Order: sequence, then C-alpha cells, then structure tokens
Amino acid sequence: MENFQYILPEIFISVSIMLFLLIGVFKKNSANLIYNLSTISLVILLALIINLSSFNKIYLFNNSYLIDNLSNYMKIILVGSGIFVMLTGSRYVQVINLNKIEYPILILSCTLGMMIMISSNDLIVFYMGLELQSLALYVLASFNRDNLLSTESGLKYFVLSALSSGLLLYGCSLTYGFSESTNFDQILTNSTEFNYGTTFGIVFILVGLAFKISAVPFHMWAPDVYQGSPTSVTLFFAILPKIAALSVFIKFLYTPFANMNDQWQTIIVLISIASMIFGAVAAIGQKNLKRLIAYSSISHMGYALAGLATVSNQGIQSSITYISIYLVMNLAFFSCLFMLKRNDKYYENIEDLSGLSKKHPILSFSLLIVLFSLAGIPPLAGFFAKFYVFLAVIEQSMYFLAIVGLLATVVAAFYYLRIIKIIYFDPEKEEYETSHNLGLKITLAISTIFILAYFIYPSSITEIVSKITMI
Amino acid sequence: MNFPILSSLILLPTIGALFILFSKSSSGKYQSSKYVALFISLANFLLSIYLWYVFDKNSVVFQFVENREWLSGFINYKVGIDGISILFVILTTFITPICIISVNATITNRLKDFLIAILIMETFMIGVFCSLDLVVFYLFFEAGLIPMFLIIGIWGGERRVYSAFKFFLYTLLGSVLMLVAIISIYWITGTTDVEKLYELGIKAEYQNLLWLAFFSSFAVKTPMWPVHTWLPDAHVEAPTVGSVLLAAILLKMAGYGFIRFSIGLFPIASENFTMLVYILSLIAIIYTSLVALMQEDMKKLIAYSSVAHMGFVTLGIFTMTQQGIEGSIFQMISHGLVSAALFLSVGVVYERNHTRLINKYGGLVSIMPRYAIVFMVFTLGALGLPGTTGFIGEFLILMGAFEKNILVAMIASLGVILGAAYMLWLFKRVVFGEINNQELKSMKDLKTFEIITLSALVIPILFFGFYPEPLMNSIEASVENTLNMYNFDLINNLASKD
Repeated sequence: MENFQYILPEIFISVSIMLFLLIGVFKKNSANLIYNLSTISLVILLALIINLSSFNKIYLFNNSYLIDNLSNYMKIILVGSGIFVMLTGSRYVQVINLNKIEYPILILSCTLGMMIMISSNDLIVFYMGLELQSLALYVLASFNRDNLLSTESGLKYFVLSALSSGLLLYGCSLTYGFSESTNFDQILTNSTEFNYGTTFGIVFILVGLAFKISAVPFHMWAPDVYQGSPTSVTLFFAILPKIAALSVFIKFLYTPFANMNDQWQTIIVLISIASMIFGAVAAIGQKNLKRLIAYSSISHMGYALAGLATVSNQGIQSSITYISIYLVMNLAFFSCLFMLKRNDKYYENIEDLSGLSKKHPILSFSLLIVLFSLAGIPPLAGFFAKFYVFLAVIEQSMYFLAIVGLLATVVAAFYYLRIIKIIYFDPEKEEYETSHNLGLKITLAISTIFILAYFIYPSSITEIVSKITMI
Repeated sequence: MNFPILSSLILLPTIGALFILFSKSSSGKYQSSKYVALFISLANFLLSIYLWYVFDKNSVVFQFVENREWLSGFINYKVGIDGISILFVILTTFITPICIISVNATITNRLKDFLIAILIMETFMIGVFCSLDLVVFYLFFEAGLIPMFLIIGIWGGERRVYSAFKFFLYTLLGSVLMLVAIISIYWITGTTDVEKLYELGIKAEYQNLLWLAFFSSFAVKTPMWPVHTWLPDAHVEAPTVGSVLLAAILLKMAGYGFIRFSIGLFPIASENFTMLVYILSLIAIIYTSLVALMQEDMKKLIAYSSVAHMGFVTLGIFTMTQQGIEGSIFQMISHGLVSAALFLSVGVVYERNHTRLINKYGGLVSIMPRYAIVFMVFTLGALGLPGTTGFIGEFLILMGAFEKNILVAMIASLGVILGAAYMLWLFKRVVFGEINNQELKSMKDLKTFEIITLSALVIPILFFGFYPEPLMNSIEASVENTLNMYNFDLINNLASKD
C-alpha cells in the first residue's frame, strides 16, 4: 500500500476528473466553475509532483511504473505549461463558445494520460497512457463542432492517429514477441543480440512516436489540425503532447532499445534532418499563423530529435532543455495570438498583423522577441536552446547534422522575419481590443521576460536538467 | 581595478534604452528622449576616453579583464581590451553621439524606437570589440543583426524590406558556420576563452576548416567580393544614421575579427589562405572601384567605395607585417570616420532636396559654401590625400604589401588611383559646375547641429592625419605581440613537420 504515496499526483488528478464530471452533470451552468476548479487542481497537481521530485528512482507496481528524474522534470513542465494553457485560453473559450464542462475535463484527462506515458516502464502501461491522451485529443481537436475546419481536423487527426497507434501497437507486439517481455528493463536485458524482429519493432514504434511528435515524414496531420482546432486547443497541441512524446522517445531509445543504438541512430538522424528542412521550407508560403506555427513546430521537433540522436547524456539533456525553452516560446506566441481580438472575433492570418507596431507597441515588441527567439538569434532564449543541441551534436562529431541544422535555421529565419516585416514595416490596419484577461497578460509578460532575460543566467535550466542521466 | 569598467561601457547604453522605453513623453515629440540618449552616449564616450587614459599602452596582455561564470562550468563571460580593441571601442562611442545628434534630420516617425535601437546597437558593438570568449563574441556579433534589421526596415527607403532581408539573411548565413566552428573549437581544446586558446594553440590539422568557417562569416560582414552585394542595398535603403553605423562600425567587426581570431587562432591556416585573401581583396579594390565610378546614386557610390576600402584592410591584415596590420587598423579607424562623414554629408543634401542622384546636383559651392568645404575634406580623406587619416592607412598597407608581394602591391596601388578618380569626379559633379537644377537654389547652408557633427568628424580626420602618433602608440605593442605569436606558431609548426 505504501506505493500509493508515489502516485499521489495521478490519483489526485483522476479523482478530480471524476468529481468535476459529477459536478458538471448535477449542477447546471457549471462550465466556468469547472474551468476554474480544473486550473486550481492543476496547480495542486504541480505542487504534488514537485513534492515528489526529491525521489531519485522508484519502481512501482511490479516494475511497470517508474518515477525518476526524467519523469519528474517532464511532468513538472507538462503540468506547468498546462496551467498556463488554461490561464491564457480562459477568455477565448468563452468568446467562441467552447465553454462546456467537457473542455477542462478533457484537458485534465489528456494530462493524466500523458503523465502515465511519461512514467510508464512497461509497454502495456505506456499504451494505456497513450490512448487516454489520444482519445482526449481527438475530441479536443473537433471541439468547436459548428466549425467545418475544426470537425475536419478532429476527424483527420483521429484517422491518422489511429493508424499510427496501430503501427505502434504492432511494434510493441513484435518487440514483446522477440524479447519475451513487456517490461522496459527486461526488454533491455533480453535483447543483447541483434535480431530482425526487434529491429522491426523499433521501426514501428518509432513511426508511431514520430507521428505523435509530428516529425517528418509523419507530420501530415499537424498543419491541418493546428489550423482547424480552436486556438486554445492548438496551443495545447503545440506543447503538451510534444513534451510527453519527447520523454517517451527518450525512454524508449535509452531504456529498452539502448543496446540497439546502431539500429535507430540513423533513423533519428534522418527524421531530424527531414523535419528541420521541411519545417523551414514549407512554412515560407503560409498565410495562416496557426498553420505557420505548425510547420515551425515540425522543424523545432527536428532540433529536439537531433539531441536525441547523439546517444549521449549531453544530447538528452540538450533535447530536454530545447523543449523547455520551446514551450515558453510557444506560450508567448499564442498569448500574442489570443490578443488579436476585435469585436469578439479572433484574427489568425499573418496579414492581420499588418502595422501592428504603431498601435500596439508592447504586443508587437513581445512578438518581435518571440519570433527572433524562435529563429534562434542571440541573445534570446531560442539561441541557447539551439546552442546546447549543437554543442551535443558536435561533441559526437556529427558535423553534417549540425551544418544542415544551422543552415535550416537561416531558411527558417526568413519566414519569421516575414512576420516581423509585416508587423513593423507594413502600413497599419484597424486597432485591436486592448483589454485582456489577467492570466493572458501574466503569461505573456512572464514568457517574454523569460525569453529576453534568459541570457543573464543561461544555466538555469541546464543545471536542473543535468540530473537526468540515462546512460 | 575592481570597478567593472568594460561591463559598464557595454551596459550603459542598454540602461539608457530601458530608461527611454519606460519614460513617457506627453508632447509626442520625444525631445527629452533624445537628450537622454545623447547624454548617455556622451557619458559612454567620456568613459571610453577615460579608459584610454588609464590604459597601459606598452603592455601586450589584455587589460581590464572581467571573468565571470556564465554558462555554468564551461563558458565564462569574459571581456577585456588590448591596444587594438580600445580604438574600436572609442570609435563606437564617438560615432554613436554623432548619430544621435543627426537623428533630427532624417527620422520623423517613431523617434523613440529609433533611439532605443541605436543605443541597443551600441551595446552590441562595444560588446563585440571587448569580448574575450568566442561564444560571447558570437552572441554580440549576431545580436547586432536585430536592431540593424529594424533600423533599415522601419526607417529605410523604398526598397527597405528587400534590403533588410538581404542584409539579415546574408550575415546570418555566414555566421552559422562560425558557430559550428566555435563549438568544434570547444570540443577540440576544451575552452572558448581567447587568451587560453592563444596559449594552447589549435592543432594544425583542424585549422584550415575552422579558418574557412570563420572566414565565411567575416567575409560577408567585411564585405569581401563576391559576397558584398548586400552592402550597397543596405546602405542605399538605410536611413542616414543607419548607413553611418553600418559603414563606420559594423563593417569593422569583421576586420577586427580577422586580426583577433583568424590570425590569432589559426596562424597556419592564415598562411595557407593568404593568396586567396589577396586575390579577393584585389578584386574588391579594382572591381568595386570601377563599379563605384559608374554609380548614379551618391550613397551607392560611397557604399562601393567602402567595399574597396575594406579590400585594402583585408589585404593589409594578411600581409602579416607590422606595417600592413597597423595600416589596416588605421585604415579601419580612418574609414570609420570618413565614411560616417560622407554618409552624413549625403544626408545633408538628401534632407534638403530628397534625392541622392548625382546628376540632380551641381554647383553647390555657390549655394552652400560651408558644406562645400567640409565635403571637400571628407572627399580628400576618402581618396587618401596626405594630411588626412586615409593616406596613412593606405600608405602603410601598401608598404606592407610591397614587402611581401610586389605584384599584389602594384595592383593595389591602381586602386588608390581609381579611388581618387571616383571621389574627385563625385565632388566635381556635386559641388562644382553650373547650377542646372533650379530647386537647388532654395537650399540653405549647414545648420548648427550639422556643423557640430561634421566638424566633430573633420577634426580627428585632419588631426590624426598629421599626427597619427597617439593611435599608432596604442596599437603598436599589441600588433607586435600578435605577429610574434603568429610567427612563433608558424616556426613551431614547421619544426614539428621536420
């Protein structure tokens, strides 16, 4: 029984979900209440996880569940960004009429699924967590059901995601078949010799995971889903599933398949290079900001994967640092998007930003900072994210990957500059509303200051992350 | 010296920028912001003069070094100056107040943002010249792109967007390879601290590739032929003050980088690639001078002349002689003053007549006599007449070149003649001759603030032209030290091969 104290966060969030569901059913018009309660419960959840973070490595439930530094850190940034997602979106969901009780509950269950994924140490537990988060995401993507694009994106995501889950499951069964266990550590000890079965297993599992993280060539869903989903859900899509998928990537590559790195290293390098280049090139022609950020996130995932391809602790840590900075940049970017509101309508095309700097200097300045940071220009946080990744990549003498990656940043710089050009150089359009909810303002302020001032103390994240060692 | 004087120099403009950012102006004219900016930049200038005063000119080690832990465990924030960098720091702090005074003439909208951009720019520029760590250097070097991009893009001319993008992407493309090289150096030697790297040295087998990676960045920034094409565009479209900053200081970052990093860190590779640099420099000198002859637009003409002048600089640096390198540094300082002055002079007439086309002008000497005088001084400075700073730089560079390679020196000397040709022809067409354009008659002579800024530039150009000793004193020991290290490394390398 004493095991339960270690999964107190998971238990707490499950109980909250059920409780909120009950409240929602029995109390009329309780959408706002549940939204706020969910935000509060996420805060409590964060506190519970931080409380547990002193434990170094704890196996639970017959070694199928693992609490370690990796899972703790990932859960903290997961739930932390979850709180900010709730805070920034609160006005948005009211304005476009998404404020139903299911919305926050789905977000909570999705978070729960991701937490299980992050902590799983067993194929079955992992798959359970994955499906819980996927099912919640399908519904969230099509949550704005009166909107054609939203419905389409939900359906598209469902079909493609189900396919990838199938592949993943197939990979899991192959792995199980050839290594005689579903437990990650057991798979590692059983798969010392090369065999085709496990190799195929790895490939299928990587395909499934690459889909979740939207890496090329499994990225097809991302632009449509990003564009079609309500913006608050897009923000959720842009951050939380990426954190979960990246930590599962780390887990798979460095626990059960750690001995097989000669098998998967090339795959990761190729996926990474393809994502960096494709994400940079395809974003150039985009007109919709959400679609553009989808391509941008594809290329960012390429950089995060580049760190994983190095087979070194330094590389893993750099990837985790990357995703931590990436999520702050996305929070800031979407906070700016939420501010493009006029007469209860949200604007999301690049053209709508035209001449924004004249009437909204602070908002434009934040966007400027975020965009230059996304492009990886020093001294902003995005530069350090890339710097750490390339530091790890070059340590392993993977010069080709480093040079391609850096050249892709130059291409990517072009489309970020294009947005800045529209904000700063183009003639102005109508003014946007200036009154926003407090949560949104706070999020934007915190994230912008973080990006801007990161260079003063650039080891802040690395010092925490350096505790995470997998090899 | 416990007081962090260099960090104060770097940070002071940023603090001023923040102050301007948060101060409100009721009138909307931002006159007070301008005074704040001017005050801050003058204070910075005085601070740098004080720095020059307390600076020990005979010492070859880096002075006022500050070393703080920054990226925990492996990269330190390290700044310090020697006889070479101090001149560039002073050039920066000297040009910035001039820019701020001349802001009035050209910038009509968003004055406040413009002042902030200039001050932030100053921080980055001083940072580049002070940093003694490759990563810190890269940070400042790249960060300068952001304010310059905005300066060209927001306050520029008609094709500003194209020019701003070209400027940004060219420079970024050059620089990313340098980042790869810097990280590689870290893994090869275990440090990015420039002083330590000087001691440790980098193995000969790595030097060629690393040199090329650094070269790709510096060649774009210098700019050398054939990657110079961003410069004329950027200059033409940038507002006057932007052109001044670009020509006077930004271009010098690369020349400084060549001396500090290419020669200092990769002596063997520098020796290997000397011929490449000679050829590119000669093409830059001859070809861009010819191009400059044919320009219709005054700013474009001066921009091409900048490429030619920077060709002399790279040529001088890679002669690896005391005279050549000293001449290059002198030429960079001189070009910083002269090109700044020329762009301001063009700005003066542009502001009055709203055109930069040479054939719209003529006969200004009878309308604006004072302007004609200062413009003449700058023209003569640009073509290198004895008695101006331009002469000393070019003379020393050619002396160094003659010592190493007579053919190269002779071709480069042709550039001096061409330089005289295009500058004098420009002067003749603009200042002398008949007044063909009737609109010119209403033009007024120099205003007070223009007299201040232009005479502030005339004085050092003539003073150091006649009496270069103070500048030469400052760089002599450091250049000698750089060359000693360079030759020492070369001999060691030859010895190890035998």
